[in-house]
Amino acid sequence: MSIKLEHLNYIYSQGTAYEKQALRDVCLELRDGEFVGLIGHTGSGKSTLIQHLNGLVRATSGALYVDGKNIYDSSYNMKGLRAKVGLVFQYPEYQLFEVNVLKDVCFGPKNQGLTDEEAEERAKKALAQVGIDENCYEQSPFDLSGGQKRRAAIAGVLAMEPEVLVLDEPTAGLDPRGRLEILGLISRLHRERRITVVLVSHSMEDVAEYVERIIVMNKGSVMLDGTPKEVFAHDKELEQVGLAVPQVTYLMRGLSELGIPVRRDVTTVEEAREEIRRLLKRRETCGQAAEGQ
Amino acid sequence: MLRDITLGQYYPADSVIHKLDPRLKLIGTMVFLVSLFLSHDWIGYLAATVFLAGVIRASRVPFRYMLKGLKAIILILLITVVFNLFVVPGDVIWEFWVLRVTRQGLSQAGFMAVRLIYLIIGSSVMTLTTTPNDLTDGLERVLGPLRMVKVPVHEIAMIMSIALRFIPILLEETDKIMKAQTARGADFESGNLIQKAKSMVPLLVPLFISAFRRANDLALAMEARCYRGGAGRTKMKPLLYEKRDYAGYAVLAVYLAAMIAIRIMR
Ligand SMILES: Nc1ncnc2c1ncn2[C@@H]1O[C@H](COP(=O)(O)OP(=O)(O)O)[C@@H](O)[C@H]1O
Ligand SMILES: [Mg+2]
Repeated sequence: MSIKLEHLNYIYSQGTAYEKQALRDVCLELRDGEFVGLIGHTGSGKSTLIQHLNGLVRATSGALYVDGKNIYDSSYNMKGLRAKVGLVFQYPEYQLFEVNVLKDVCFGPKNQGLTDEEAEERAKKALAQVGIDENCYEQSPFDLSGGQKRRAAIAGVLAMEPEVLVLDEPTAGLDPRGRLEILGLISRLHRERRITVVLVSHSMEDVAEYVERIIVMNKGSVMLDGTPKEVFAHDKELEQVGLAVPQVTYLMRGLSELGIPVRRDVTTVEEAREEIRRLLKRRETCGQAAEGQ
Repeated sequence: MLRDITLGQYYPADSVIHKLDPRLKLIGTMVFLVSLFLSHDWIGYLAATVFLAGVIRASRVPFRYMLKGLKAIILILLITVVFNLFVVPGDVIWEFWVLRVTRQGLSQAGFMAVRLIYLIIGSSVMTLTTTPNDLTDGLERVLGPLRMVKVPVHEIAMIMSIALRFIPILLEETDKIMKAQTARGADFESGNLIQKAKSMVPLLVPLFISAFRRANDLALAMEARCYRGGAGRTKMKPLLYEKRDYAGYAVLAVYLAAMIAIRIMR
């Protein structure tokens, strides 16, 4: 499923003293099966942008095509779109409301018109995928721990079996371990379900490891769009808008400035380890060669 | 969306009226409201109109914002006008079946409508040019004397300022939760009354939980800063009258005197 945004503008509270242009001429295309990171400083318009993807917010001007159809046509089936594009809001645990976890996760599928049995089946599948134990099903969602609540809320959207999964800052307010768990879970979902994933974050660290493509937003416009390597090459521009390239990229650049021959475009810890290992191996062979002489 | 209907509806602008002391604005509004009830003929209303127009002009708030408040009372306005129009006895000028319009009725309906409209516009000027915080500060000071008769003035002002502070937050929260549940396929619009009431559960439960959480956090934060109610509490920015406030009181006094004079002489 492809989503195409053309010259999208969005203005909050238009015509009042609090008027605020949150999106400025955004043109984007999200292709089928992509894993995209949407990055930007707080207030850059990330949340506003993703709320357009399932029609929750209607653009002030511009067009949005899903599989070639303009969703702003009056005949467009918005409910169908909401089922296809699953949106997990920031702090999704604040939307839990049912008496137990299983029922809460069933809410989405039931709204799609599934029977109780079908909904329950999907809910169980989604809960298993996010790693929530069967003995939690009957618990009140408010009794779960912070990380569990968040995973249950994500399951609530997953159970609708969307073709595109959009998550707004899913790691906000979690400890490092919870963060890794959620990020690992998302990248596993991308691999296993083969769905398009849009991961919103203000942290490069979060997305660099996982995504194939990074879109950088600044003041409501798309500033950069490309693979992590392409985007991180613009480190000065990123710093100017309050973003940073990953720590490990800084490290490798620092080494290279000291005259150590390592690649400068490393973006993940894994890559850095490979690179340093390669370097050490070469040293070793060089050293042996020198001894041999 | 929901955030557009903020209560208190302060309109930020750089004007003399914005800078005036909130006490003056509260008392001024009160005087204006009283003066409306003093007027009985067109000269009085003319004076009130001139005064109101002058204040609106000086406030630099676009006039259409003043009219927003009128939407809420349109029904009351209509009922008042219709009642006065048909019920007041006097010289009949138009008659149809049981309906009878009199000259006195016509003029009374007109005056009542103007009175109501000015009432709303007058108070809108105050809320539009004063931040909610200033407003409660001013209220606390103006009501201060009531402390003598054991009215918990400080507590009332605190409750009011907290409420005003939280209304936009809760509206925003409602907006967010509504969107989140809509994304999960919830439908808040269609269906009959019972279905609609049921569809509110996914909105209201999280909203209440969030309101209680916020209230709890706020109580803890206040306690952590040793809040113990009003006794012995001083202000970081105490309200102090400046020259322009005295000038404001002078203008107000002249206006009130003129209104009383018009009333007595006519
Ligand atoms: N409901 C709203 N009403 C008015 N302005 C808003 C609203 N939501 C967001 N904004 C404004 O729009 C801009 C973009 O916000 P947002 O999309 O939430 O950014 P991000 O998610 O990147 O932090 C910000 O300046 C914000 O203040
Ligand atoms: Mg956001």
